[in-house]
Amino acid sequence: MSDKNGFFDLSKTTLSRRTALKGLAAGAGLAVAPGFVRYSQAQSSAPVKIGFQSHRTGIGAAYGRWYEKTSAAAVKAINDAGGINGRQVELVIEDDGTDPARGAEVVGKFATQHKTDIVFGTLFSHVVIGSAPAAGENKIPYFVVSEGHHVASTKLNRYVFQPGITDVKSQIQSMAPWIAANAGKKVTQIFPDFAFGYDHRDYLPPALKAQGADVIAQIAIPPTESSFTKYFPQIPAETEVIYHVMVGPAVLTFVKELGEFYGSSRPQLFGFMDSLEATDINSPGLEFLDGSHFWEGSPRYAQADDSPAQKAYRAAVGIDDNGAAVGDAKDVSTASHMFGCWETLYVVKKAMEDAGYKGPEDRAKLVEATEALKEFAEGPEHPQGPKTFNGKIHQCFGIQNISKVEGGKLKVVHKTKIEDGLYEAEGDYTTQAL
Amino acid sequence: MTEASPAKAYSLHLGVIALLFALSFVLPDYHHGLIARIMVLAVFAMGYNLLFGYVGLLSLGHAMFFAAGLYGAGLSVYHLGWSVPAAFLAGIACGALLALVIGVLALRTSGVAFMIVTMMFAQVFSLLMLYFAVWTGGDQGLVVQQAARVLTLGGTTLDLTNPTVRYMSALALFSIVLLATLAVVRSRYGRVLVAVRENEERTKMLGYDTFSNKLAAVVVSGTICAASGAAYALLFGYVGSSFASVQYSILPLLWVLLGGAATALGPLIGTLFMYYVTDITSGFTSAYLLIVGVALILLVLFFPKGIMGSIRQRWLGWLP
Repeated sequence: MSDKNGFFDLSKTTLSRRTALKGLAAGAGLAVAPGFVRYSQAQSSAPVKIGFQSHRTGIGAAYGRWYEKTSAAAVKAINDAGGINGRQVELVIEDDGTDPARGAEVVGKFATQHKTDIVFGTLFSHVVIGSAPAAGENKIPYFVVSEGHHVASTKLNRYVFQPGITDVKSQIQSMAPWIAANAGKKVTQIFPDFAFGYDHRDYLPPALKAQGADVIAQIAIPPTESSFTKYFPQIPAETEVIYHVMVGPAVLTFVKELGEFYGSSRPQLFGFMDSLEATDINSPGLEFLDGSHFWEGSPRYAQADDSPAQKAYRAAVGIDDNGAAVGDAKDVSTASHMFGCWETLYVVKKAMEDAGYKGPEDRAKLVEATEALKEFAEGPEHPQGPKTFNGKIHQCFGIQNISKVEGGKLKVVHKTKIEDGLYEAEGDYTTQAL
Repeated sequence: MTEASPAKAYSLHLGVIALLFALSFVLPDYHHGLIARIMVLAVFAMGYNLLFGYVGLLSLGHAMFFAAGLYGAGLSVYHLGWSVPAAFLAGIACGALLALVIGVLALRTSGVAFMIVTMMFAQVFSLLMLYFAVWTGGDQGLVVQQAARVLTLGGTTLDLTNPTVRYMSALALFSIVLLATLAVVRSRYGRVLVAVRENEERTKMLGYDTFSNKLAAVVVSGTICAASGAAYALLFGYVGSSFASVQYSILPLLWVLLGGAATALGPLIGTLFMYYVTDITSGFTSAYLLIVGVALILLVLFFPKGIMGSIRQRWLGWLP
């Protein structure tokens, strides 16, 4: 259909034959770029190729950068020690844009173009859930470092594993006894009104109930909100503990406004470190958090009783005693989560060695060998602490840290036990066909 | 514009369909999967093109129609255990109904107001998907299990997760929608839509009920987008609120503008171009969006009416 009025003219620039040819040449250049090159299948003597689905751009970029650093450090350590089954390990990185649709494409790209042995490293839950079908259809093991409950819920598929970081349901359950015994028994929850918040909304009340404490109010804050003062009057006066899990850029405003609302007399505060990953705890506006407590997966700040393995891990990854990049104090790490990349890669190593893994034709054996794992002892391969692994739900269980903000640092005041976070399996992946 | 004979126009489009069919047998695995996805999303762009390209109504809310199909089909399987055909029809019905309601309300406006109203409705839809997270899975979304994505036709069972079946299913949907939109825009009704775009007042003066024609276009457009969303859920197995976000309202606009608005093949070309520029450049740098942006600027400079629009303007005036 003609466009007589120039309705769709994006510019009035005319096109000469020379410029058109340049455009065509550019198009041809793109067409022969490496993206089109078919990759030959890895041979058994070739490196073990691990497809790293990285959040290089999008909302997860801060995590993605530190996940890459940690994974690179783990791969170097593994290679320096002889690799996996005598083969060197190679990370192949693709950006998923922290987007579930792109995530699924990237998993497909790893499986069918890069022909990696496994896919690894995803954090954000929606990307994991969006990518899981592609992993199952391509029958490629998919090792995530997400902390979401989605893997353990057994709603994904047999090719998805989370062996290097505990899930949020287990974390919350582990926190409840300490909160009830030390912070208070009347808890008000403030959480973002989307899935991450819902995990806390759903799992905390029963966990506290079992400890003789109660959630007396639940305040869900819409994800589009940028000011929070109007929600604070909803906090019941008898509240003894405010349990907050706000995440994203608005968290600084949230804390600042909460401080202005309460002034010097406030209830106890308990939060999850997810709120402040990659953010300096001493940022202006966060002074109100002094004296409050946080869940930490792995401590951001070096502790007096750090194990040699923990010290070696921190040195290998390149974080200083304050949890920032060595040489750049402003580049704060995502310490609570990124250790999961290190530990997951060592689980992959162990499972590949158990399976006698030689190449993609052994992926099913790798799945079964991973499912057969039971325990990971604390040490250089698992510096965060010991873990158990439930092969039926593809999820590990471990210790958690409760840290107090003191003098601008986080000091671990309590470590939970593995048993604190155990729960009944909700299904069994091993019944699914490979 | 030089009017093409029906045979010429249909031959070209049937040729494109034949080419896509042939590609199925020669494409490397990764590109085979990617083209299947692109064909499904090109259907989304074709639905958008019908309204934007031919009627001149710029919607910033078409993600809600795509997502209506996505959720309509995905949730029918996930919660109700419906079969693939029933779920696909449910997705289409959801999109058609939503488009009818939105059309009746939004067509009371035009121009910038239409853009804003459609964007607001889409935002409401997106937030509703988050609000009803118990059923929709919220921002995390839901997986439609492999076992449920099986199509039984007579005595034959087709596994939609099989790459060949998925490619052919996507091609079938793409072909039907391509030929249907071609037929619509070449029909008397299609010419009325173009007349509305070019001069609505004059069209009214000629005795046409422009509101009814525009409403029908919104419904057809929304239904096609919903078909794309329903196919996406069933072929790729994921249902999530990111598909209802404003990004997925902007993307079809971009695809259509790049490929050529008011051209039948433009949506496919635009979707293909954007996907491959992103895919290739992201292999070189994390700043790939910068390269994508430069590529878009170059396109605007050299192909101001989009790729197919500019080709039609300069060389092939008969292109539909």
